[in-house]
Amino acid sequence: MRAQAASLALHATAILLALWVLLPIYFIAVAAFSTPDAVYAYPKQLLPRDVSLETMRFFLGSEGVGESLVRSVLVAALTLLLALGIGTPAGYALARFAFRGSDAVRLTIVGTRAFPIVILSIPLAVMFLRWGIDDSVFGLALAHTALALPFAVLVTSSVFAGISVELEEAAMTLGCSRAGAIRRVALPLALPGLAAAAIFVFIISWNEVFAASILTLRNPTLPAQVLAALEQSPLPYRFAGGFFLLAPSLIVIFVIRRYLFNMWGRVVR
Amino acid sequence: MADVGFERVRKTFGKVVAVDDVDLEVTDGEFVVLLGPSGCGKTTLLRCLAGLEKVDGGRVLIGGRDATDLPPRRRRISMVFQSYAVFPHMRVFDNIAFGLRMQKERKAAIAERVRSAAELLHIEELLDRYPAQLSGGQRQRVAVARAIATKSEVLLMDEPLSNLDALLRLEMRAELKALLRKLEATTIYVTHDQVEALSMGDRIAVMKAGRIVQVDSPLAVYDNPADTYVGGFIGTPPMNFLEAMVEDGRANVSGGSLPLADASSELEDRKLLLGSRAEAITVKDEPHDDAIRATVVVLEPLGSHNLLTVRSGEDTLKVATPPQVFREPDSEVWLGLEPARIRWMDADTGEAIAPPGQREVAAAPA
Repeated sequence: MRAQAASLALHATAILLALWVLLPIYFIAVAAFSTPDAVYAYPKQLLPRDVSLETMRFFLGSEGVGESLVRSVLVAALTLLLALGIGTPAGYALARFAFRGSDAVRLTIVGTRAFPIVILSIPLAVMFLRWGIDDSVFGLALAHTALALPFAVLVTSSVFAGISVELEEAAMTLGCSRAGAIRRVALPLALPGLAAAAIFVFIISWNEVFAASILTLRNPTLPAQVLAALEQSPLPYRFAGGFFLLAPSLIVIFVIRRYLFNMWGRVVR
Repeated sequence: MADVGFERVRKTFGKVVAVDDVDLEVTDGEFVVLLGPSGCGKTTLLRCLAGLEKVDGGRVLIGGRDATDLPPRRRRISMVFQSYAVFPHMRVFDNIAFGLRMQKERKAAIAERVRSAAELLHIEELLDRYPAQLSGGQRQRVAVARAIATKSEVLLMDEPLSNLDALLRLEMRAELKALLRKLEATTIYVTHDQVEALSMGDRIAVMKAGRIVQVDSPLAVYDNPADTYVGGFIGTPPMNFLEAMVEDGRANVSGGSLPLADASSELEDRKLLLGSRAEAITVKDEPHDDAIRATVVVLEPLGSHNLLTVRSGEDTLKVATPPQVFREPDSEVWLGLEPARIRWMDADTGEAIAPPGQREVAAAPA
């Protein structure tokens, strides 16, 4: 009986927590896929009755949304490439080699996150202006890489630390060079962890609004665009915009999550 | 197949000397066991041979070639790791085929070699499984199959049985020995288990603090330990050592005096340790001129024999008796030490003083 009660309490808590997260998402989604009239109506509808793409169409048709959406994807993709491209080797080195000051390096990496970007933003904007990479996808991706890199390094280093060195050594005794052992053994084994790091990096960039607002003017990313237009925009625009910012994160997590859990016919955490 | 040589091989980690100027020659097809307690440098020595550690001095020779600066893949070795190091993201087949694929063998040849290696280790029916679906013993077999599939010249094994449970270890020990005999591969086998070393090796190299203390056939190491360390490390129970002086052809120990087979003058007038194996001691009930008095402290019936812990004078000894001989604690017994099986060590250095007759045996290789 007691076990049953405990399990009941556990399930109730889980459901409550899930609702806490899911309900707002649900309401945003319902509003985003209703007619603009329904969005204004009060009380709000609990079930989607007036399902329509009109609100979404209105949002997507709004000035600058389409371009900023493409830009957001480009920036996030470029950030992902840069952050993992630099972060993975760095993470590998931190995990595998005990070099003088490796702890200091680790700490410094985390430390960069303690530096507020607000202070950094003005010099950064000036420098970008001087270099002529302000208001560009590449420039913003660089800034986002700087933000995401500490996470990329630390996550990949813990991923590689979880893979036994002996596996790579075994590959080396079986005919691999060091690089070959990394490619054939360490990387495939690190893939789920690297995928998790990739999701993380992508979403950091996708949701980042401050640097995006400072460093772009005529070419904002979606969050910067939505933020700039928020005050003057009608409700349907806000809901549709909110949904649009939410959706990719949800889809990416959903898709890669299955990949994370189903590798090699067993559960991988 | 190839012979292997270490020439004054040295490896340090910071200030710690893990391998201290080791010399060792292993002939083609020989099975040599590196034996020692953890931290004695045996695994480091093996890794120097594999190329996984860079030596700080000396040379490593494989098949007559200087392999000191070669990467592992150019050394024509294969290795079985203590953790097995079976690749979790590959099926058993691909694990065993890994080395063959790296050698760019033809597909048909790979399939053939994988099958024959799998057959030798009785894992043919597991080829389609992932390592996560295997037991520890099965993974161990995969690791061995992967190592022998490449037909490398030298097979290195780093405590391959230490992660198995006792029963499986016993079974695998005999199977592995038979397998390696069939393969005729030069094998270097690292273990801390002296029973494994005695039962498997052609020769045993006993290591201590980065140095090889003694290299000999298992029986020679058991019967004629080079020093008290080897005598105390090898054998269950370890060799008994008693402080002794030799006088008038007899050995005086704290519990009495014992006759000697041949008392060379070398033994007189110095502090000695008398070494005797537990099974070279006979237990008598009656006082005897050539026996020392002792009191039984503990009796351990072990089935095949009984193990007595006895106290004689200042010394505590382990004595193995036939299973039907029971001596209860506190009972008085007399111990006869088989004179021909008494070994002498210098009390200060701990090193063996071999009587003239035994020197040849100790020096000869297997």
